[in-house]
Amino acid sequence: MDHKDMIFGGRVIEPGSAEKFETGDWRSYVPVVDMAQCIDCMTCWIYCPDNCIIIKDDKMSGIKLTHCKGCGICAKMCPKKAITMTEE
Amino acid sequence: MSSKSIKDLIKSDVRITSGHRLCAGCAEGIIAKQVLMGTDKPVVVTSATGCFEVSTTIFPYTAWNVPWIHTAFANAAATCAGVEVAYRSLKRQGKIKDEMRFVTFAGDGATYDIGFQALSGALERGHQMMFVCFNNEAYMNTGIQRSGATSFGASTTTSPAGSVIPGKAEYPKDFSMIIAAHNIPYVAQASPHNWRDLIFKSERGFECGGPAFINAISPCPRGWRCPTDDTILMAKLAVETCVWPLWECVNGEFTLTAESERIAEGKQEKKPVTDWINAQGRFKHLTREKYVPIVENIQADVDKKWEKLQKLCKL
Amino acid sequence: MVDIAINGDNAIALAWRQINPDVCAAYPITPQTIIVEKFSEYVADGEVDTEFVCVESEHSAITVCAASASAGARTFTATASQGLAYMWEMLPITSAMRVPIVMAVANRAISGPININNDHGDAMSARDCGWIMMFAENVQEAYDNSVMAPRIAEHPKVQLPIMTNLDGFILTHAVERMTPIDTNDVKKFVGEYNAQYPLLDWKHPVTHGLMDGPEFYSEHKYQMVQAMDKVLEVSEEVFKDFKKLTGREYHLVEQYMCKDADYVTVVLGSSYGTMKAAVDELRKEGLKVGACMPRIFRPWPAESLVKILDGKKGVAVMDKHLGIGAYGPMYPDVVAALSTKSKMPKTYNYIYGLGGKDARVCDFKKIFKDMIAGKSKQFNFTGVEE
Repeated sequence: MDHKDMIFGGRVIEPGSAEKFETGDWRSYVPVVDMAQCIDCMTCWIYCPDNCIIIKDDKMSGIKLTHCKGCGICAKMCPKKAITMTEE
Repeated sequence: MSSKSIKDLIKSDVRITSGHRLCAGCAEGIIAKQVLMGTDKPVVVTSATGCFEVSTTIFPYTAWNVPWIHTAFANAAATCAGVEVAYRSLKRQGKIKDEMRFVTFAGDGATYDIGFQALSGALERGHQMMFVCFNNEAYMNTGIQRSGATSFGASTTTSPAGSVIPGKAEYPKDFSMIIAAHNIPYVAQASPHNWRDLIFKSERGFECGGPAFINAISPCPRGWRCPTDDTILMAKLAVETCVWPLWECVNGEFTLTAESERIAEGKQEKKPVTDWINAQGRFKHLTREKYVPIVENIQADVDKKWEKLQKLCKL
Repeated sequence: MVDIAINGDNAIALAWRQINPDVCAAYPITPQTIIVEKFSEYVADGEVDTEFVCVESEHSAITVCAASASAGARTFTATASQGLAYMWEMLPITSAMRVPIVMAVANRAISGPININNDHGDAMSARDCGWIMMFAENVQEAYDNSVMAPRIAEHPKVQLPIMTNLDGFILTHAVERMTPIDTNDVKKFVGEYNAQYPLLDWKHPVTHGLMDGPEFYSEHKYQMVQAMDKVLEVSEEVFKDFKKLTGREYHLVEQYMCKDADYVTVVLGSSYGTMKAAVDELRKEGLKVGACMPRIFRPWPAESLVKILDGKKGVAVMDKHLGIGAYGPMYPDVVAALSTKSKMPKTYNYIYGLGGKDARVCDFKKIFKDMIAGKSKQFNFTGVEE
């Protein structure tokens, strides 16, 4: 991309373009979810810094592995210990 | 408490996407997400230079699904004020019809120190804007240098724990109190671990009809030297030890909230500050025998400030 | 409209009142104070729709303006000297963000020592910040520049902030005769501000002020260069329209008696008037001299200037500021422009009028005579006994 393709003033007019940048390769540990234990309390979702808890039909459906950085907060905070950080 | 349950909140618009470059486990992303759930109205976000600004907006990537502006470091409050004033003018002239809200995110450096002047001026002028400070107790983006918010005794890169001087030799400013003295409609201290409390405070701040200020404790695994998965627990510990009490000041009336209210009423245990100190690498040097008097002073300071706050809340 | 007697500051406030900007954020500093005080009266009496923000510092003034213009509002401000210095951090940011703010600068010396009188130290210290810079010889021009400035800055090919400079005290406070333009004509001339990708258009979220890595910074800067390149042609269009409206004709570089002159001075601001008086007196003595003034200083009107100066025997560049250890600001620009020609006139740099030191007709006559007699040095610091 050069100046001819760029909007003037350094502006970016495509909102949320960061979604295209995958941060999943940052992690050393990956969260593994035991769905049987999950009660859809959404604690993992409210605490995930990277918006990587996938919700489908109001249910916790998994982790967005393209972007999950493996911080482990979801595993730490899950009241049912349904998430385990596993070496990838 | 917020009228919204978590089942309501999961339906919120995603205002900050994934793909930003904040460190794994950074509290800032968590706090910002929660704050932005405090309003359904269109919102324009401002950021000061810092971790949050840089990580969410590396050209040409932006993690923002809402209008967002950054200009410089010391002037986040003035930047937000500028957007708000343009809105006021254009709305009054009938060129804009919608209700909009304005929020600034800034680190403790851009709030307590270099950004103080602009913030104080903006608050005095009464702009209808909310200013949220991510208090991670140092200038983290430039490499963990000490700020006016850094805890006494903390080891930072400009106040390192050396053989002669063991970390920062000054107590932090009681900044939220300074802001309360500006007599704005809403001031609060919050923590991302108690999202119900934080989101409720955010709602009140957005709708108070004038300037609002929320100071949020923002654990930094990198700077505080603790594991990335401990972020939320570290914020909880700050509250439980009364190092970071949760309170709000609504039109001059102070109230403790959540855990802090329960601790004051004797319904919850107040943890010793050693729990806080022992959990973080930046205080590791203070666990040595010869620094016991320093730790005792730190506990005495926490207790004194806690007493003062409780008295203020009873007035 | 009927002629009025007015000082430069009040004239600028009048232009602002007639244009009716959406937002004005300013901090007082001598000798700009009258602009903001007068404008505050208009605001308090409901004569304008402007949201007037009494900010707590100039750094916040320029910030509020940059943010307000990014949000989509037409925004004006004014400052001088230390105020401009305090804004400095934000000046290149504002131009890089490509927001067309209009800022009146009441030219005053930069401290230290602290001095409240006129010289060009403030504006010149900011000349690389990517702002368009205009100068005015008298109160009429200060007013006219203020009316033309939004048209130039807001032009879709430009979108750059603009400084309208006027000499502190000499123009800001001294009362002169001026012909104002009818308010409706001003509004029609200036038109509506059509912000591009404004923040307040929340249905189309935009991000302003991202961080550039090395692969992008040059590209964004190049876009600014291209925009600055358009300013000269856009200004000439605006001057043409302005002449249709008022009959007053302006040029990128004004000139006086330069056509058949052998020796010419280049000067900015109110001293151009003094210089013209010196030229008149010397012409009576039979000396072929002339003077010129770049109305637009940034971008540098090299082509127009070279057309005037080419073939002259000597050119004295008058600078009301200097880079200590080097030259005044205009001198290298003049020499660089002339160096494109195979034969250059002899060029001289004269530093004058620092800190408000009086620049008189007799001083300017001496400069011409020294030039003619071959007594001028390349670098001349006037006003002190060596």
